[in-house]
Amino acid sequence: MSDPILQIENVSKVYGARRALFGKTAEVQALQDVSLSVRKGESFGLVGESGSGKTTLTRSILHLETPTAGRILFEGRDLAQLSAAEMRRLRARVQIVFQDPYASLNPRMSVQDIVTEPMLIHRETLGLDRRQRIERAAELLSLVGLGPQHLSRFPHEFSGGQRQRICVARALASGPELLLLDEPTSALDVSVQAQVLNLLCELQDQLGLTYFFISHDLAVVRYLCDRVALIYRGELVEEGETDRIFDHPESEYARMLTRAMPEVRVPA
Amino acid sequence: MAPPLLSIRDLHLTMTSFEGEAHVLNGIDLTVRRGEIWGLVGESGCGKSLTGLSISRLVPAPPAAYKRGEIAFEGRDLLRLPMREVQALRGKRIGMIFQDPTTNLNPAYRIGEQLVDVALAAAKHDPSILDCEAGAGRRTRRRAAHRLAAEMLDRVGIPNAEERLDNYPHEFSGGMRQRVLIAMALIGRPDLLIADEPTTALDVSVQAQILKLLKGTVSDHDIGVILITHNLGVVAETCTHVAVMYAGNIVERGPVAEVINRPAHPYTRALMAAIPTRASQRGSLNGLGGAVPNLVTPPPGCRFAPRCARAIAACSAQQPPALPVAGEHHAACIRLAESEELEHV
Repeated sequence: MSDPILQIENVSKVYGARRALFGKTAEVQALQDVSLSVRKGESFGLVGESGSGKTTLTRSILHLETPTAGRILFEGRDLAQLSAAEMRRLRARVQIVFQDPYASLNPRMSVQDIVTEPMLIHRETLGLDRRQRIERAAELLSLVGLGPQHLSRFPHEFSGGQRQRICVARALASGPELLLLDEPTSALDVSVQAQVLNLLCELQDQLGLTYFFISHDLAVVRYLCDRVALIYRGELVEEGETDRIFDHPESEYARMLTRAMPEVRVPA
Repeated sequence: MAPPLLSIRDLHLTMTSFEGEAHVLNGIDLTVRRGEIWGLVGESGCGKSLTGLSISRLVPAPPAAYKRGEIAFEGRDLLRLPMREVQALRGKRIGMIFQDPTTNLNPAYRIGEQLVDVALAAAKHDPSILDCEAGAGRRTRRRAAHRLAAEMLDRVGIPNAEERLDNYPHEFSGGMRQRVLIAMALIGRPDLLIADEPTTALDVSVQAQILKLLKGTVSDHDIGVILITHNLGVVAETCTHVAVMYAGNIVERGPVAEVINRPAHPYTRALMAAIPTRASQRGSLNGLGGAVPNLVTPPPGCRFAPRCARAIAACSAQQPPALPVAGEHHAACIRLAESEELEHV
C-alpha cells in the first residue's frame, strides 16, 4: 500500500450566520467531521447529491476555503501552516478540471495562451522560458489527443469533448501529482464522455497521477475509481473499495443510491 | 379502428442559419399509443427536443419551416390546424414538462396561484375537470380550481399540499419544483405528455421518484408519454418503447427490451458501448470517433455512415429506410442482414 498523498482530518466547515434583511440567516453546517485519505496513484471518488458538501470539500483541498475545524495535509504537510510562497509552489502540484468546459475556458484567449498560462504563473517552480512553454503546450495537446495545429485556435472552435481535453491539458501544464476532477464529464454526451474517461485512464497510467474525482454519476465513479466515499449532508456516510460499495453497500444511504441508479442491463 | 394518439409521419424540419439551410429533422416517423411511454434518446443536437417541441408547435416557423410530413394528433394534423386550435390543445390535451424547473415557474407568484391559473385556463376547454356546475360563478370556479390544485400537488407526492399552495417557488427544492411542473402538466388531464429531460437537473434519488410518478400516471390515466432524454438507463427503467435519434433521423425504434437487448443499428450499439456498466473494465469504454455531421451539408445517404465502422459505398447512396428487425423493432440500416450474420460468427 502506498503513502497517502492527501489526508483530510476531521474537517468541519460552518458557514456563519449573516445579517440579512430580516434578522439573521441560520448557520449552515456544510461539512461535519470528515476524514479521508487519498493514496498516491489511486483514483478516489467522492459521491454526493447536490448540497452534500462536495464542492466545499474540494474548495478546502485547494485552500480556497478555510475549514472551521480539522486539518488538510498534502504529503503530510498541513496546508494551513504553509507560507504564501510555499502554498504557491504547492498549487503547481494540485490542479483542477472543472465541470463545464464551456464556462471554464476564456473565450478571448487562444489555446496556446490557455495552456501556457499555468506555466507562466509557476515559472519560478518550473523554470521554463517562452519557447519551452510553447513546446510543452504542444506536447500536452498531443498527450490529450489534440495537436500543435490547435495552438492558435480559440475555444469556440472546439466541441465540448475537445474543450474538456484542453482543460485537462491546462491542468497538466504545471506538472501536478494530484488532479481534482469536479464532474469533468457531466456536461458531455455519453460517446464523448467515454473518450474523456478513457483519456483520463491513459493519462493516469502514463503519468502516475492521483485523481480525486467528484461526481454524482455513480456509473462513472464505478468505472474510474478504485475507492469511493459517499457524502451526505456534510457527513461521510460510507467509504471503501468501489466493488465493495456497489456490491455490498453497508449504509442505508449507499443502498438507496445504488438502487436508484438507472442502468442499462446489457445481456451477458 | 380509432387513429393512434399521435402519429408523426415523414416529418422534415429545416432552419436557416448563417451557413445556409440546416435539415434538423429529416423524415421522422413515430407512432405513440395510449399506455405507451416512448423514450426519445440521442446526443445533443440530434433533434429529440425539436421533435417534442414540434408536437406542441413551439418551434417558431418561420424562421423554421416544415418541408414535408404531418403530425397527427388523434387523426388531426397539428401542422395544418390554425394556431388558435393548437393553443386549445396545448396544456390541455397535450401536456409538457421541461428540463429546468427553476426557469419554468414564476418566482413572483405563489405555487397555488400558478396552478389555479392553469386549471382555470384548462377548464375553459373542458369544464368537467373542475367538477362544478356549468355556469358556476367565478368564485365557485376559483374555489374548485384551488381544490384541484391541492389534489394534484398531493398526488405528485408533496406533503401538506394544501398549505404548500401558499408557498413561493423558492421555498421548494429542485425535485419538488419538478413535481409542481408535473402537477401543472397533468392538471388539464392531457392525453399526451411530452417530458423533455424532466430529471436531468435532479439527483438520482429524486429522479427515481419522479420516474415512478410518471409511470404511475400512465397506468392510472392511460395516457401516452414521450420522454426525451440522453440517458439510456432512464429509458431502460421507465419506457415501454424507445426511438434512438441521430442527426435528425430516428435510426432505430421498437419495444425497449428488444432494442436494448438486441440493438441492431450500429449507432445504437456504439451508444451502448459508451455507457459505463457494471461489467466495464477500466479503459475499455468505446467512445465514438469523429463528430456529429454539419446539418447544413449533411453527408449523403445514411448520416451515420462517415462514423460507422460497417459502412460500405452503398450506405452513402441513399437514406436507408426503416427495416424491420423483429416485430415492431425497426432499424434504418441497409447492412442489418449482414450485421446479424457477423454476430453469429
